[in-house]
Amino acid sequence: MTIEKSAVAGTLESSDAMVTVEPSKNGIELELSSSVMNQYGRQIKAVVLETLDRLEVKNCKVTVVDKGALDCTIKARVECAVFRSCDKADKNIPWGGAVR
Amino acid sequence: MINAVGRNIPDYLLKDGKEVYQGKQYMDGKYIQKAAPRTVRYEKPVETKVVASIVDALKKCGAKSGMTFSFHHHLRNGDYVANMVMEAAIRELGLDNLTIAASSLGDANDPIADYIEEGKVVGIQTSGIRGRMGDVVSQGKLKTPAIIRSHGGRPRAIEAGEVHIDIAFIAAPTSDCQGNCRGIGGKSNCGSMGYAMTDAKYADKVVVVTDCLVDFPNYPASVEAIDVDAVVVVESIGNPKKIASAAARISKNPRDLMMAENVAKVIASTPYFKEGFSFQTGVGGPSLAANLFLEKFMDERQIKMGWAIGGICGPMVELLKKGKVGKVIDVQDFDLDAVNSINQTPNHFEMSASQYANPANKGAFVNSLDFVVLAALEIDTGFNVNVLTGSDGVLRGAPGGHPDTAAGSKCCIIVTPLIRGRMATVCKNVVTVTTPGDCVDVLVTDYGIAVNPLRPDLIKCLDDAGIPHVTIESLQEKAYSLVGTPDDLQWEDKVVAVLEARDGTILDVVRQIKPFKL
Repeated sequence: MTIEKSAVAGTLESSDAMVTVEPSKNGIELELSSSVMNQYGRQIKAVVLETLDRLEVKNCKVTVVDKGALDCTIKARVECAVFRSCDKADKNIPWGGAVR
Repeated sequence: MINAVGRNIPDYLLKDGKEVYQGKQYMDGKYIQKAAPRTVRYEKPVETKVVASIVDALKKCGAKSGMTFSFHHHLRNGDYVANMVMEAAIRELGLDNLTIAASSLGDANDPIADYIEEGKVVGIQTSGIRGRMGDVVSQGKLKTPAIIRSHGGRPRAIEAGEVHIDIAFIAAPTSDCQGNCRGIGGKSNCGSMGYAMTDAKYADKVVVVTDCLVDFPNYPASVEAIDVDAVVVVESIGNPKKIASAAARISKNPRDLMMAENVAKVIASTPYFKEGFSFQTGVGGPSLAANLFLEKFMDERQIKMGWAIGGICGPMVELLKKGKVGKVIDVQDFDLDAVNSINQTPNHFEMSASQYANPANKGAFVNSLDFVVLAALEIDTGFNVNVLTGSDGVLRGAPGGHPDTAAGSKCCIIVTPLIRGRMATVCKNVVTVTTPGDCVDVLVTDYGIAVNPLRPDLIKCLDDAGIPHVTIESLQEKAYSLVGTPDDLQWEDKVVAVLEARDGTILDVVRQIKPFKL
C-alpha cells in the first residue's frame, strides 16, 4: 500500500499506542517512544515493521507513541493508520487477508 | 560476592564489617554498641529557644560543610521543610559536601536534585526516593551511592552509629518555645511523628521548624524539648492538601475487590485468624479493600482484632471506633481521618519507627504481627519483591516498612495484579530485591494465588479451606504469555544505590542504567 496522506490511529491512553503515518520517499522511517522502552522497545519495533511489511508499505514515516500497548493493539493501530492514509478504512477491509 | 537472594554485591562495598544478606534473622542474638550523640548542656535556664530564621538556627548549631542533616517525611508530598533548610544551608551559608539522611524523599523534594547536580549534596540515605531526585541519582550524579534502608533499618543504623546525624530537623505542626513538638493542633497537621523520634534522640543538634508556636508545655510531646537546641517559626511548613489526603477511599474496582476478598479468605483460613489477632495493611487499592472483607469474616466468626499497626488511614480508624479492633499503634498517618484520630480516639497511640520495625532492638511491634498485606511493583518466582525501581531501572519507590513487616509477621501476603499495562508484575527476576523471598508467604493476583513452598503449613491451610492455588511459576508464565517476555535491562558497572536489608547486610545494589538504543 502507498501512504497518500498523513493519518493517525490510537490514543495516548494507558495500554494504547498512537500511531501516525506520513508519506515518505526514503523507505521506512520509524520514530518510537514508549513507557516500556527498555523492556519492550525492540519487540514493538519488530511488530511495527512486520505489520508494515505485511501491508506491503515500502515508503512511510511512522511515529509510534506507545503507552504500554500489547502487540495486538500495536498491530491494529498501525493497520488502521495505514488504511486511513489512503482512504481505505471505511469499507472493503480485507479481514483475514492483509488484516489479521 | 553472591548473597542469599542471588545478587552479586561488589567486594569493594564489603568493608568495615559490612556483610552480604544471608537470610532472615541472621543477626539474631548478636550485640550492638549504641552510638551516643555529643550534645550541649543547657543548665542555665533560657526563656526561649526560638531563633529568627533557619540560617540563625544553622549558625547556632554550628552547621558546616561535610555535615549530615536529617529529615522526616510525615508532611509527605506537602513538605516544605527539607527544601527550606537545604536552600538556607547551601544558598545562604554556602555549605557543601552535605549528606541528607531522610526517612523518605518524594516529589516535594525535587529542588534538592539541583544541589546533587551541583555537587553540593554528596550523600543520600533514605527509605524512599522518587521524582527528580530518583532520576538524578539513577543517572549517577550523586557523588557516593545512595543508601536505601527500610523504616526499621533506618533507626537501627542511627542507633548503631552507621549514620551519624549532625543536625536533625523536625518539621513540627506545633511546638512551644522550648521545642516540645506535636503533630496536631496546628495548621499543617500530620498526626504521628514516629520517624522523627530516633533522629531527635541520636542527633548532636536538633532544630524544630514549625508554623504554629503554642503555649508551653505542648504536651504530650512527640519530640521533647530536652533534645531540642533551637526552634524556628516559619510562615508554612507544608501544603496541608498534600500532607494528608481527604480520606483514603476503598476501591470500587471489581478486580481490586476480587483480590481483596481472596486476601481475606486466605487470612481466614490460617490458625492465626482468631480472637485478638494483629494486622497491618498498606494503603494501595486492593490492600486497603482487604479491611472490608476481613471485617465480614470477623463478624462471621465473632472475633475482634487485637491491634493494628502501621501507616494508618480512615478505614482502620473506623474499625477502632466500631470497637472491632482493640488498639491502633501508629507511626504515620495517611489521611485526615487518621490525623484527627491519633491521641484523640481512645486506644489510638503513636509510636517511633524503632518501636514499629527496628530489627536490632528487643522486639519491635512487627515481631508480634500476625498478618501483613502489602503491594509490590514486581515479585519474582523466588518470591523476592521489588518496591524501589521501575521497569526502566530508575529509582522511584520506597521499601518503607515492607521488608520489616514481611520479616516479622507470621503471614505476609502480597496482593498485586498479574500485569500493569505491559509490565509483568510476576516476573522471572525482579529488577531490585527490596524484600527477600524468604519473608514473603502468599501471593494473591487476579489470575490466581500462589503460596511460598517454604510454607507447607499455609499450603495445607488453603487446601483445607478449599482455596485453589497454583505455582508462582505458572503465574509468571501466564503474565509473559499476555505481555511478551521482557528484554533484560542493560546496566553500567557504576553502583548508584546500595539497598541494605533491615539487619544492615547488603541485599542488592542498583546500578546506573545504560542509555537505551533500539
